[in-house]
Amino acid sequence: MQPIAQFTINYWQYLNADGQTVAELPAFTQNSERIISLYRAMSLTRLFDQKAIALQRTGQLGTYASPLGQEAIGVAIGSAMRPEDVLIPAYRDHAAQFMRGVRMSDILLYWGGDERGMDYAEAREDFPISVPVASQCCHAVGVAYAMKLRRQSRVAVSCIGDGGTSKGDFYESLNASGVWQLPVIFVINNNQWAISVPRSGQSATQTLAQKAIAAGIHGEQVDGNDVIAMTARMEAAIERAQQGEATVIEALSYRMSDHTTADDASRYRSQEELDKYAARDPISRLNIWLTETGLWSDQQESALQEELAEQVDQAVKAYLATEPQPVQSMFDDLYETLPTAYQKQRDELIAAQAPVDGGADHG
Amino acid sequence: MAEITLIKAVTQALAWEMANDERVLVLGEDVGVNGGVFRATVGLQQRFGAERVIDTPLAEGLIAGMTVGLAAQGLRPVAEIQFMGFIYSVLDQMLSHASRLRNRTRGRLSCPMVLRAPFGGGIHAPEHHSESTEALFAHIPGLRVVIPSSPGRAYGLLLAAMRDPDPVIFLEPKRIYRLVKEEVPDNGEALPLDVCYTLRAGSDVTLVSWGAMIKETLEAADILGEKGISAEVIDVATIKPLDTFSILESVARTGRCVIVHEAVRSGGVGAEIAALLAGEGLLHLMAPVQRVTGYDTVMPLFRLENHYMPSVQQIVEAAQKTLEFE
Repeated sequence: MQPIAQFTINYWQYLNADGQTVAELPAFTQNSERIISLYRAMSLTRLFDQKAIALQRTGQLGTYASPLGQEAIGVAIGSAMRPEDVLIPAYRDHAAQFMRGVRMSDILLYWGGDERGMDYAEAREDFPISVPVASQCCHAVGVAYAMKLRRQSRVAVSCIGDGGTSKGDFYESLNASGVWQLPVIFVINNNQWAISVPRSGQSATQTLAQKAIAAGIHGEQVDGNDVIAMTARMEAAIERAQQGEATVIEALSYRMSDHTTADDASRYRSQEELDKYAARDPISRLNIWLTETGLWSDQQESALQEELAEQVDQAVKAYLATEPQPVQSMFDDLYETLPTAYQKQRDELIAAQAPVDGGADHG
Repeated sequence: MAEITLIKAVTQALAWEMANDERVLVLGEDVGVNGGVFRATVGLQQRFGAERVIDTPLAEGLIAGMTVGLAAQGLRPVAEIQFMGFIYSVLDQMLSHASRLRNRTRGRLSCPMVLRAPFGGGIHAPEHHSESTEALFAHIPGLRVVIPSSPGRAYGLLLAAMRDPDPVIFLEPKRIYRLVKEEVPDNGEALPLDVCYTLRAGSDVTLVSWGAMIKETLEAADILGEKGISAEVIDVATIKPLDTFSILESVARTGRCVIVHEAVRSGGVGAEIAALLAGEGLLHLMAPVQRVTGYDTVMPLFRLENHYMPSVQQIVEAAQKTLEFE
């Protein structure tokens, strides 16, 4: 008997929870503009998130999934990806989507019950948010296959939660990516909770990253609250993808919010746990580092907060001012050309719409 | 006796059966500690333990597939799929295995399982959380598809489903989960499956529906009554297999039929009922059968949702049309 397969999973972190460097920083951190842009994007996502929750609580937005505490993951994804790459997101990835040019008003429209929130002005090839968990990983395989088939040096990036890694679609996607050596990256936002089920209820593996090993692709674990580590490892994964090797990045983070605004996490997790993870916040640790490096000041911080608040307000105004779609819009993008068979229903729908808005009371 | 909601009736039925039949297990996502996202299983894990009320990993295919395994072993699993929007990876297990295990093994193995899922629109839910796709399951031989429309029927039909020797898809209309309350004795008494429930007797037109649309259908019957039109209201309750006798018997008396469902029109269960009437009730019909349904399009996000849902007014108009037909 002899061991025939062994593996190692590396854990990457540059900036610890206290904002102190624990390893030699990657070269991109020399670029102060770049690092400040990461800070700005995380701060914007958080302000947006606060506003979205306030809108939901006042009946101006539907059920909404908050990325609170996980902003570094999306920002790093968005920062590392190039415009020609394709993002295939889950439902908690608006930080990455913003970086890709998706408007804040689009995300509000989507959670506000309007399909136009999935018609992005930029990133036209990016997929819309995927609600059916893990199904998007298979799309990423198809997108990456198309890129490879056409000999393009583009990369597909798919996001998933820790819960999603329990689904067959996730394993099937990793497996196929290895077989075909596809330019694809799967980022697991391991925020420790899938609604009420903790990470330990999903898998007995020591890491989720090691699931890559069984598929013959690269896997690693990264401090998902360290935007420097996340950005560096995303860039490395993009390099690797272009060489024909897929990557699984397990980003360790924590879901500081409820699952969605329809959930009440106090039913199943403790305040002590929340407090513990609050101390590992991605934004405040970068703030400490920037301040200690002399790149950031209190004045800059308040100017930034003011500027971002203005941006968010503009987005909210645009969202709230968006007139509802005409009712027949529910047929107009059903097919490229509406089959004659359904034309009559479209006419009936238009005829039936008085009284408009809230006419039918369904409790 | 306290009045309870439909969701509470589900909990009550589950608890009764777990207490009285140790073979009954409950499994699904967030059903244990959290008591289900709609609270259908609240308190069950505390009462019956984590071995019998199982928080599964996030994996619907696993939930359905292991339920087949549990059932084949003689247990009585009741699985929850959190929303119907997540049920589609379950179709493989239901179509290829649960529905035909008895048939394939000539009765050697069977699949006495219940798969519960909330379905339907009208609650301003996110994308993929509002569809009514019951016809997908009604198309599969070997399954029962049961849909309650009141707390009492939720309790009685769910008990019957758990005691049924074959697989039952139990679809819960979430729009009316908490809409009405009624007294439901917690006595373990099941209601029969495979039969329609006549909720209101009438002589001029038969209104046939199921699930949440029973609410609008009853309201339409009230309005028709004010206009001097006597409408019979039938809750199909088990959409597969269909109680053809009750529907034909009613239409034989009224001569007119309006079928109401929230699901899209084409290939809906309404089409099956209309075909039944065309095939076996034609000579009783005094007017063409009317269908009031969702449109043949993707369920819109909630801003336009009310325009998609069949309305009381549409049902009234359809019934009047059958009476005005010459």
